[in-house]
Amino acid sequence: MAAMTLYDKLWNHHLVEQWDNGSALIYIDRHLLHEVTSPQAFEGLRLAGRKPWRLGANLAVPDHNVPTGADERRGGVAGILDPISRLQVQTLDDNCRAFDIVEIPINDVRQGIVHVIGPETGATLPGMTLVCGDSHTSTHGAFAALAHGIGTSEVEHVLATQCLVQQKMKNLQVRVSGRLQPGVSAKDLALAIIGRIGTAGGTGYAIEFAGEAVRALSMEGRMTLCNMSIEAGARVGVIAVDEITIDYVRNRPFAPRGAMWEAAVAAWRDLHSDEGAKFDRVVELDGAAIEPQVTWGTSPEMVTSVHGHVPDPAGMDSPSRAAAVQRALDYMGLRPGMPITDIRPDRVFIGSCTNSRIEDLREAAAVVRGRRKADSVRQVLVVPGSGQVKRQAEAEGLDRIFLAAGMEWREPGCSMCLAMNADRLGAGEHCASTSNRNFEGRQGSGGRTHLVSPAMAAAAAVTGHFTDVRQLVEVAA
Amino acid sequence: MTPFSHHEGLVAPMDRANVDTDLIIPKQFLKSIKRTGFGPNLFDDLRYLDEGQPGADCSGRPLNPDFPLNFPRYQGATILLARENFGCGSSREHAPWALADYGFRVIIAPSFADIFYNNCFKNGVLPLVLTAEQVDTLFASVYAHEGFTLEVDLRSQRVMTPAGDVFSFEVDAFRKQRMLEGLDDIGMTLKSADTIRRFEAQWRQRSPWLFGSLDTAAER
Repeated sequence: MAAMTLYDKLWNHHLVEQWDNGSALIYIDRHLLHEVTSPQAFEGLRLAGRKPWRLGANLAVPDHNVPTGADERRGGVAGILDPISRLQVQTLDDNCRAFDIVEIPINDVRQGIVHVIGPETGATLPGMTLVCGDSHTSTHGAFAALAHGIGTSEVEHVLATQCLVQQKMKNLQVRVSGRLQPGVSAKDLALAIIGRIGTAGGTGYAIEFAGEAVRALSMEGRMTLCNMSIEAGARVGVIAVDEITIDYVRNRPFAPRGAMWEAAVAAWRDLHSDEGAKFDRVVELDGAAIEPQVTWGTSPEMVTSVHGHVPDPAGMDSPSRAAAVQRALDYMGLRPGMPITDIRPDRVFIGSCTNSRIEDLREAAAVVRGRRKADSVRQVLVVPGSGQVKRQAEAEGLDRIFLAAGMEWREPGCSMCLAMNADRLGAGEHCASTSNRNFEGRQGSGGRTHLVSPAMAAAAAVTGHFTDVRQLVEVAA
Repeated sequence: MTPFSHHEGLVAPMDRANVDTDLIIPKQFLKSIKRTGFGPNLFDDLRYLDEGQPGADCSGRPLNPDFPLNFPRYQGATILLARENFGCGSSREHAPWALADYGFRVIIAPSFADIFYNNCFKNGVLPLVLTAEQVDTLFASVYAHEGFTLEVDLRSQRVMTPAGDVFSFEVDAFRKQRMLEGLDDIGMTLKSADTIRRFEAQWRQRSPWLFGSLDTAAER
């Protein structure tokens, strides 16, 4: 048999039917649901008189709209102040009850961002196909799962048929040699890759991340990297199974046990690209050369090193590129040529499906420890990705480090990543954010987002401007 | 779904690259539990001078006079001419819902983001890829001629200008057929229900750990 890529293997394992017209029917093992992209899908089932194909494949959780303030949160769904948000979360509860779908409710300790709780509970397993009505479903590819975001029509389609009609993607390998330097994280790697290939660089491809720097990442780091595949245009990002994967999954609540665990692990060990597998495209990066990254514009590809400068459209060859940069600078309120370290955030957000796991909070806390929020920074929100992450962080005393520094320790949810709840930027405010999108208005109408790693967000929070975190860590040491 | 085979309509320009789905329909409108009514909030941040609120009436809101969709000459447009990587970012199907609800039936661009592209076909909106040069030509025509229209024929996969220029485009056979007939995707897939059941039984035997129960009592 010809050498296959990891993506080819996952595709073949789940191929129900190949059609002559190039499309195929692909079986879906796991379907995660949240309150924003599911109501119209349930309504569709209801109108057509259809039922879910396999109830046990589905797991629902409210995350996008949930308030993160402890007081508002205490009242559960009924306590959500915004009536439109409350109705949406209530509708998820009602639909799950009506269709008999397992839901982790708002104040369950396991509640959290759908892409945090899937892996954490073991609902995400290697070798599975996993979809969710959310583009950051690529996160789960860190487990060598074929995972991608879908629209609401496809949410309904998966509920009704346990399948999706798909066209096979092309294979792109991103190979990162060397080791990331201390203080440089998976987030910096993700941003550097997007800076290199662009936000449409991965369109039509499934990306496999490989190489020494990727192998050295923890599962948390791998999730961060795969999470942002979509910001490079690729719906899917995967990483091969190794001991780090297996160690992470072992003993998770929904992971297999005993003899079934052994059988699963034996199967999972084949979840890697074969020697000599052919990729349609290969991109190589030197991991050791990557510095902490900061975005300056309104697209994740508008990124540079913390030691870089805001670009000057005047010096650009392409008029369309110059116009795009000028528009971004106008929106961001930045001067051409200014050093990145001169940008002063008004708020800092540490959270989101990209960077709200325990390791992210540890990295941020290590920088904050013994320091205080800069006076010029109005607010620092630290929002754990799930109730379990929150509990673990509190057991380690991380909450007290943030609180002692004048920062806010919140309840889990998507929060200021997309500002569907009350956590949002004011017009013109700059934010150092560990989220994934710096689009216009994403974190609040007129808000100005700079994407960074958790350690870099913490460094900006305590110094009042973007700072190479390696300088702070050295000072502390 | 409304079938689509042939369409002729007024063209409006959206002259910027990487238009993301947050820009097409901002997050506050995603709180709706309906599929309709997003049209008045299409491109809300660009279209109005104030901040849009879900559920609010848009008829009295101050319009941004610099935004092309507000120009008298583009009122009634049904074809949107756009730049590369249109529809990037969030998977929200609210983006094609808003475009369709506004009245757009065709989006022309040199490239689209994958998820958005796929979502369009589910909603009777044709995302149509032309080369960057062809798109440049069309932008020039839209700006030069008030009332510029295009004719789009899905069956023959051609775009025709009033001057008689013809551009061919590619579209995969499955999506084209569905669009032409306005077929219900789920109904089509369920024709293969027996095959799905056979596959599922084999797959369960081979990977039983993927079929475990998630049903544990909620923990407070």
